[in-house]
Amino acid sequence: MEITELTVHELQEKLKSKELTVSEITRAYVDRINEKESDVNAFITLLTDEAIEKSKEIEEKINNGEINSELAGIPIGIKDNICTKGIKTTCASKMLENFVSPYDATVMNKINSEGMINLGKLNMDEFAMGSSTEHSAIAKTRNPWNLNTVPGGSSGGSAAAVAANMVPWALGSDTGGSIRQPASLCGVVGLKPTYGLVSRYGLVAFASSLDQIGPITKDVKDSAILLNLLVGHDEKDTTSLDIPKQDYVASLKNDVKGLKIGVPKEFFAEGLNEEVRKSLEKAIEKYKELGAEVEEFSLDIAKYSLAAYYIIACAEASSNLGRFDGIRYGYRTPNYETLEDIFVNSRSEGFGAEVKRRIILGTYVLSSGYYDAYYKKAQQVRTLVKKEFNKAFEKYDVILTPTSPIVAFEAGTKSNNPLEMYLADICTVSVNVAGLPGISIPCGVNSEGMPIGMQLIGKRFEEGKILNAAYTFEQAVKFRKNFKPNFKK
Amino acid sequence: MQVSREELLHIAKLSNLKINDEEIDNYRLNLEEILNFADIVKNANVDELDETIGANDNFNVFREDVLKEFEDREALLANAPERERDMFKVPKVIQ
Amino acid sequence: MPREDYEVVIGLEIHAELKTKTKLFCSCKNEFGGEPNTHCCPVCMAMPGALPVINKTAVEYAVKAGLATGCSIEKNSKNDRKNYFYPDNPRSYQISQYDKPLCNNGFVEIEDEDGNKKKIGILRIHIEDDAGKLNHNEFGGGSLVDLNRAGAPLIEIVSLPDMRSAVEAERYMRKIKSILEYIEVSDCKMQEGSLRADVNVSVHKPGEPFGTRTEMKGMSSFRSIVRAIEYEAQRQIDVIENGGNVYQTTIRWDEISGKTFPMREKENADDYRYFPEPDLAAIRLSDEYIESVRASLPELPESRRERYLKEYNLTEKDARLLTASKYLSNLFEGALEKCGNAKACANWILSDISRILNEKEMEPDQIPFTAEELAKTIELIDKGTISSAIAKKVIEELFENPQDPEVIIKEKGWIQISDEGAIREVVLKIIEANPQSVADYKGGKDRAIGFLVGQAMKETKGKANPGMLNKMFVEELNK
Repeated sequence: MEITELTVHELQEKLKSKELTVSEITRAYVDRINEKESDVNAFITLLTDEAIEKSKEIEEKINNGEINSELAGIPIGIKDNICTKGIKTTCASKMLENFVSPYDATVMNKINSEGMINLGKLNMDEFAMGSSTEHSAIAKTRNPWNLNTVPGGSSGGSAAAVAANMVPWALGSDTGGSIRQPASLCGVVGLKPTYGLVSRYGLVAFASSLDQIGPITKDVKDSAILLNLLVGHDEKDTTSLDIPKQDYVASLKNDVKGLKIGVPKEFFAEGLNEEVRKSLEKAIEKYKELGAEVEEFSLDIAKYSLAAYYIIACAEASSNLGRFDGIRYGYRTPNYETLEDIFVNSRSEGFGAEVKRRIILGTYVLSSGYYDAYYKKAQQVRTLVKKEFNKAFEKYDVILTPTSPIVAFEAGTKSNNPLEMYLADICTVSVNVAGLPGISIPCGVNSEGMPIGMQLIGKRFEEGKILNAAYTFEQAVKFRKNFKPNFKK
Repeated sequence: MQVSREELLHIAKLSNLKINDEEIDNYRLNLEEILNFADIVKNANVDELDETIGANDNFNVFREDVLKEFEDREALLANAPERERDMFKVPKVIQ
Repeated sequence: MPREDYEVVIGLEIHAELKTKTKLFCSCKNEFGGEPNTHCCPVCMAMPGALPVINKTAVEYAVKAGLATGCSIEKNSKNDRKNYFYPDNPRSYQISQYDKPLCNNGFVEIEDEDGNKKKIGILRIHIEDDAGKLNHNEFGGGSLVDLNRAGAPLIEIVSLPDMRSAVEAERYMRKIKSILEYIEVSDCKMQEGSLRADVNVSVHKPGEPFGTRTEMKGMSSFRSIVRAIEYEAQRQIDVIENGGNVYQTTIRWDEISGKTFPMREKENADDYRYFPEPDLAAIRLSDEYIESVRASLPELPESRRERYLKEYNLTEKDARLLTASKYLSNLFEGALEKCGNAKACANWILSDISRILNEKEMEPDQIPFTAEELAKTIELIDKGTISSAIAKKVIEELFENPQDPEVIIKEKGWIQISDEGAIREVVLKIIEANPQSVADYKGGKDRAIGFLVGQAMKETKGKANPGMLNKMFVEELNK
């Protein structure tokens, strides 16, 4: 088997048994990137030379006993909205095309102190706004399962790179589905942790009350391994919570007997692609076979959630993106005389259309006269959504839905209609609105061989439960063994 | 929800964004369409509910008043589009 | 002065910088000045991805200020974003408080111009962070942004429009300054801008509704506040008398011309799009917490005044004047502790020291010498080493070149002459030179002795012990 097809836990075993060395692993990934990146375009900044250097350094440290971490020497790819000191962090925007962060995000500190190896910064929708990665101002990432289709978004570069075996795993960020949806479209595993589980310090903010960093991996166990590293209270992030650490790998029991799974019928309503529905229905049957108790129920919050989501996310974004003013960093227009010119022209030239659209929408809903009608109401809807989920979790351990109502679509076919794009987020956003954990795992492919994703939603801080449910399913259906991306053009 | 040209231009001004004449109608229609969809929240039965502020219920997360200086001043200034005497230069501000 | 038939209505929004060690939302140094952009980090420079964490001590100081001004403390408080673009505002939003400020509904008491007690209402006190500084670039043109001050903790104290004259406004602001100094939450250095006020002024005829107000921002001296209010009130009256309208605007006070001018409005400045700050957790203050902060408050001016009346038998007026400033009051208590002479301590502070402060246009916090040095001066008088006349000169010298008063009088040769022989010599010399006064005395005019003592003091440049002089003149003249 090719090195780059191995999962991280398989790499760890081979490192332990000395079948592989750290520099062999990094070399294999660099070769794979050199082979596939021209087709997939997952990266914004490639760090292949640095990675090879670093792998030698880490290998020496391991041999000298200076590092004693099971993650030492494991490569990773990082979504380009996570700050990396001394390395460009562009958010796939012209605004930050040349921006070099003066500091490392808290998650990067964790990754670096384990001795992991950063292979590069991964493409995304500009400032994480979008579901296809077509809103990147820098690169056009394609889906390894069909190079004419999009990888989803906004963490499209991360998902595509993992699917193409150019990185063993990657970090993404999820504000309304930006980890889970591209994972679904690229046939990989993506986990959005409970809001507050992972520090946001150093994640360039899109919507502060919704954003979370999480893993995109080849399989569920790798997600559990990476999550173990990422979690923990950070004194630099007031919204990160101080809760007792759990071992997520230990929660993988390969057993769902007696697990109560709720299936909200509203998430299977209009707009859901028939092949996606069928695949989900098969997955439900599989869970029943595995001994889970599956029950349909009503959770009529999807549309409210989506509307509230766009109001809150855009409002917060309109404020969060105010700091890009052409003064301290980032793009500055060459066309200016006055201060106002700097503000207006730098922002108008530096931001792409979708970002501007969302800033305008967010400014509108916060502006005087509309606050109560939109923002305040949306925050109340948020309370409603939390309550409804709480009610559901009194009965069920896990809630099962599609991740995306559709499979990966052809590039350039959807992005002209913003509302239509927004509606595609309907299955994922309520999880962010309520601050819950959600995981997307592949559950099948459609007639054209494109992957279909299933989403499992858990109670706050019950990542362990959804990881176990996902793991048990994965072990039963062996998706990775049966289906592989073929880079079809 | 109707969004007038003037209103859109006012919002653009608040955001420090320029919208070209040919873009105005497109933006307006997008905005109206999205706002019409967002109107769903107005029908939600939430009268008795508090607003969720942030996704967490945690509170009183304070920092002790202890000095810790940032170690790399140069990195803080290095991205400046225009820099003079270690300050950020802008056109003259008339107050 | 405004014409008799108008009433002036004034409200103040006082901004006071809190003297915490670090900034409000990051661990950078909170200190005036410094090389540009040295007290900065990713948070206060608003680097992408950086997040604020609120300073516990700043919250405590704001609560202290609220408790010291009779406010009720909000138990469910939060921070809000106030969005506006400006080069000194790096996030493009200020983290302030909108509808749940930490403190509400307080008051302080001042004296109105007739000497009656008057309550000035405080609507609210909230915390927020300061902006950076825009420096004019003398050489290369343009403006230069320095973010050392960006993120410094402020409280904004919003008064009700309860003041009716410039004098009341000044007294109110002095009162607030004094309280903040007493509770040690702010340095209140107006010359450094750590205490400044936005002043709202309107005029109306008594019995009619309030007029439209104008606002002067960032006023940072008592003198300009008084002058600006007086000018602006008269201007508004003139506008109305000439049939015009006063418009709600921000105006700028120009110290040199002594006039106000309309400011170029920041467009849409009123639409700040406030919304709850999602990066910060809510602030919930328990009764126990509030009571513990209350218990930590130092003695406030009112209670010190009561104590001075009772313990030291000072007059009502002296006690009030002494306690009006923490610095004067501390000087009094410090000197008293050393020398034990309350009456003398109060007198020196309220007469000579206050006069010199006035002449030099200094504030009490700028007094350059210590309480110990004042006490020593008083002790030197009490021991007879110097006369009061010399002591006045010592106090003046302490302002110029503060050091141990004993060293001063030695260096200056101001030690009182208490040597009997030397004094008798002077007495005899003065008697000989003033036969008329001697005759007057002997003719029954006791007052003449005062003149003779005065002449002797002049002769000795004030150094002779006046008690001994008096005694010796009586002896010699009665021989």
